[in-house]
Amino acid sequence: MHFPMKTSYRDDLHLFKDRSSVVLYLFLFAFLIALPFVTGDYVQSQVTFVFINGMVAMGMMLLVGHTGQISLGHAAFFAVGAYTSTVLEIRGIPFLPAFAAAGALSAIIGLIIGLPALRLKGIYLAMATLAFSFIVEEVIVRWSSVTKGNRGMTVPDASIFGFKVSSVTHVYYLSGVVFWLVVLVIINILRSRTGRALGALRDSDVAAESMGINLAMFKTAAFAISAAITGLAGALYAHKLAYISPEQFGIMLSVEFLMIIIVGGLGSLHGAVFGSIFFIVLPQIIVTVKAYLPQKVAELPVLDSATFGVLVILFVLFEPRGLNGYWVRFKAYLSLYPFYRRGMFRRSRIGSADLIKH
Amino acid sequence: MALFTVKDLAIHFGGIRAVDGVSFEVEQGSVFTIIGPNGAGKTTIFNLVSRINDPTAGTITFNGQDITRIPANKVAKLGIARTFQNIELFDNASVLQNMMVGRHIHIGTNLFSEIFRLPSVTRAEIESRRRVEEIIEFLRLQAYRDSPVGSLPYGVRKMVELGRALAAEPRMLLLDEPSSGLNIEETDNIGMWIKDIRDMLGITVLMVEHDMRLVGAVSDRVMALNYGRLLAIGTAGEVQRDPAVISAYLGN
Repeated sequence: MHFPMKTSYRDDLHLFKDRSSVVLYLFLFAFLIALPFVTGDYVQSQVTFVFINGMVAMGMMLLVGHTGQISLGHAAFFAVGAYTSTVLEIRGIPFLPAFAAAGALSAIIGLIIGLPALRLKGIYLAMATLAFSFIVEEVIVRWSSVTKGNRGMTVPDASIFGFKVSSVTHVYYLSGVVFWLVVLVIINILRSRTGRALGALRDSDVAAESMGINLAMFKTAAFAISAAITGLAGALYAHKLAYISPEQFGIMLSVEFLMIIIVGGLGSLHGAVFGSIFFIVLPQIIVTVKAYLPQKVAELPVLDSATFGVLVILFVLFEPRGLNGYWVRFKAYLSLYPFYRRGMFRRSRIGSADLIKH
Repeated sequence: MALFTVKDLAIHFGGIRAVDGVSFEVEQGSVFTIIGPNGAGKTTIFNLVSRINDPTAGTITFNGQDITRIPANKVAKLGIARTFQNIELFDNASVLQNMMVGRHIHIGTNLFSEIFRLPSVTRAEIESRRRVEEIIEFLRLQAYRDSPVGSLPYGVRKMVELGRALAAEPRMLLLDEPSSGLNIEETDNIGMWIKDIRDMLGITVLMVEHDMRLVGAVSDRVMALNYGRLLAIGTAGEVQRDPAVISAYLGN
């Protein structure tokens, strides 16, 4: 097995674990930059949705995975972000300030939702955030002078310093840049004092408080940060779809966000991104496989959702650490080859020490 | 003037007087132990000091400051750290990360500087890491540095919890039954650490303990409680010979 040699405490603080992961990420960046030159609009669109869902999933991971507070209201923050940026941009405000406003307003609402969360846990918090989600949906429907209600709104092209973000490729690059900035921000939060405080109050709030951690402050902060990131993703989503209406932001979307992080693996940022990829790719796979099934079977109306549901259940049953669990084991397999044996990590808790790191 | 003073402290849960008018003083640099049968109110006093519960009456003074009504998360900043009877660690984090949480009050970075990873954040992290490594060395925990706490043996977790409390650089350390769940050898070790903490680090120790051998070995002062009331206070020998204490433990 390979251990990087560290000779100072500073070595332990680097963003990348060792040189090989730097190389790996450079390849990934090169691939993502080159993608529009080798693929068409369809693939770029799908990757854009991975970026957008991935942002939401990372925001939720911070709240649910790292801080231990469940939320069924993230579709509402997503909607607030989408509507804020659209409403402002229709009135001629450029993209960047509108985008910032989308994040800021979501953060403020997240802060307010965080207040009842101080007294609620688990299923009760899920109910409270769910109720909040209904309220936001209803407000969007009723407040038609601003939101156009159920008719929905057409989203103008984003304008950045006069440059029009109009094509699929433009939106792809914009989402990609924001996505990676969000990754950096979340990693920076998680690997410092705030991130450790969040992990601490998830595992034991009396101990956290006795260490001087202000529970109220950090719990609401977790909600605000998570909501802000979700709001930013919402603004990008609006631009991606070019049209928004209230029914896009229903309860099912919140459930989907929660499923993404559970399938991905709670407590891991990699998991959040893997989960997002899974949720974009799986329906495509189902469609592809359907073509080879007997027509009688393929025409069953529930086939898509049933397959999807069963796969998710199997995931939760057989790998509670989600896709990230597979990833960690795959890496171990590569680095130990040819000595890796099945069940090697069954008893140890590999990877979980990295939970608080990132 | 004593570092820590408790005066006429009382807490009533409905009709139960868990702590009923207890007064005592802890001198700077001493080990003060609270003993008593189950339900005597020992841990309740700890919870009053670390502000988990609000007292019905009385005052708690630390370092000349009245801390009777301050919020729980302000206690650490004043220089009081604690351990728990049934270990309260952050199980999903490594030993190192747990101790870094202990440094929370000493790391002055805010969310803004953390997001941009300003040089001040890196400096604060390295400084805290250095202090934590000193404690890891002091408690001989090097072998477990990067292990997730949840997977460690009980005795080691106890030491990690002690280390996390030390990482906060307290002036006074509250130890709630440091020997519970430990074997004889580990209990002897704990006794040595407690003496070292007092003599080498100069930290005042307030502890709750059942093991009379450990109590006798490390305590400068001992206080015996029963049903929330003070029975006796003095050296370990004096308290153990006190007729009221003997009858509380053994009956008449």
